[in-house]
Amino acid sequence: MRWRAYGEHAALLDCASLTETIAAHATVSAARPDGITELVPGARSLLVVENPGSGALAAVRELLADADLEHPPEGESREITLDVTYDGEDLELVAQDAGVSTEDVVRLHTGAVYTVAFTGFAPGFGYLTGLPEPLRQPRLPAPRTRVPPGSVGLAGEFTGVYPRVSPGGWRLIGHTRTVLFDPRADRPALLAPGDRVRFRSAG
Amino acid sequence: MRTLEVVETGPLALIQDLGRPGYAHLGVPPSGALDVPALKLANRLVGNAEDAAGVECLFGGLRLRATTSCTVAVTGPSVAVEVDGRPVGSHAPVWLAPGQVVTIGAPATGLRCYLAVSGGITVDADLGSRSRDVLSEIGPAPLKKGDVLPLGTPSVSGGADVVLPTTAPAELVVRIDPGPRAHWFEDAAAGLAKTWTVTAESNRVGLRLDGPALTRGNEYAERELPSEGLLTGAVQVPPNGLPVVFLADHPTTGGYPVAAVVRQASLPALAQARPGTLLRFHSSTRVWNR
Repeated sequence: MRWRAYGEHAALLDCASLTETIAAHATVSAARPDGITELVPGARSLLVVENPGSGALAAVRELLADADLEHPPEGESREITLDVTYDGEDLELVAQDAGVSTEDVVRLHTGAVYTVAFTGFAPGFGYLTGLPEPLRQPRLPAPRTRVPPGSVGLAGEFTGVYPRVSPGGWRLIGHTRTVLFDPRADRPALLAPGDRVRFRSAG
Repeated sequence: MRTLEVVETGPLALIQDLGRPGYAHLGVPPSGALDVPALKLANRLVGNAEDAAGVECLFGGLRLRATTSCTVAVTGPSVAVEVDGRPVGSHAPVWLAPGQVVTIGAPATGLRCYLAVSGGITVDADLGSRSRDVLSEIGPAPLKKGDVLPLGTPSVSGGADVVLPTTAPAELVVRIDPGPRAHWFEDAAAGLAKTWTVTAESNRVGLRLDGPALTRGNEYAERELPSEGLLTGAVQVPPNGLPVVFLADHPTTGGYPVAAVVRQASLPALAQARPGTLLRFHSSTRVWNR
């Protein structure tokens, strides 16, 4: 771990792995020192922004210096199950590259428990880690100009769900009808960093 | 109900308040007025709280009709303001009778003027803010002809204020601090200190600059950066070496290195930097490479 300056009121923690990042995020989330205005995990980093003069950055540094990141606090991580129809345009391609049947792709994807590592790309888009090895596959050579909302995709070490229509280069394996982002809802984004996610085949 | 009617919008007129910070972890940009002091001033001039929603008007052309009496004020760069064709001037409260039309001209310098109205604009909020985020398309849609904007209850007193209309300079010096990935570049401080030109591809997401491309150090030439958090003012350098300075509607994470971060005090001037503006970054930090 290494802290790097990020402007007047923020600092970025470089982490050695995704696991360490998730642990650092869970540790800071659980303690939540006063004065933190943003806490943004990345794939190998944690960005902390403080209210000027609050001392929150110093508190976070101290907290993480003493933390046991091998055993991060469970915190208030929620568990969310998403019903998915596995009918994605790239299902065959994913099965081929994994060297398995499409049924096996569904079995592998629904058999794992994922963690929302970080968000970005669009409001409510979570990068979910925990993807079984055979499903870790490259992006499409050319991104699609229009991916429908609710599309379930995978790319590299991540799987995720497109909250709304957007361009996208992930391999699509299915779709869900669950709304991922609604700015007027009490909980605008269904998925937040640290949440656990399972996929269930809706047939 | 007290309302304002949109008669003309000009190139782009957006409802903005002070944005919705605090949701970056959900992928939601902060958004909000790009020239924060200008919106706050406009609000004070009409007796509003500083965080009331007003209109951010890109390059003039906005015409609004009052359906009830109200007070408006236009701030940002100096600009011609008319009521029913009669010049009234910017940076001062202007009373409108029902039916009167206020028009904002094109500013002589700068880009964005702010119109506040007594009571503020009270369209429904998304995640606690009425700001339009052009990246995420959250918040009220860009104004269009015929829109009717609901207004809140005005406070009793109008504002008095010390008013200094700003003039956007043709050459801008932007204060920066070293960014988290400054060490990815051969000499980020020296590179950024050169003269850059604001391009026409700039918007509320970021200012895109053209100039002598930054080069990465050998060790980082082919390095991929895992996605990491971004902030307003982050100077991100994509593989082409040409910096992007992120503004309020920036993506919340990104996969290119951030070489520097603009100081808060220098952000409002960026809101007014027209395409063609020359820009230099200045840092008081002596040692950049770590």
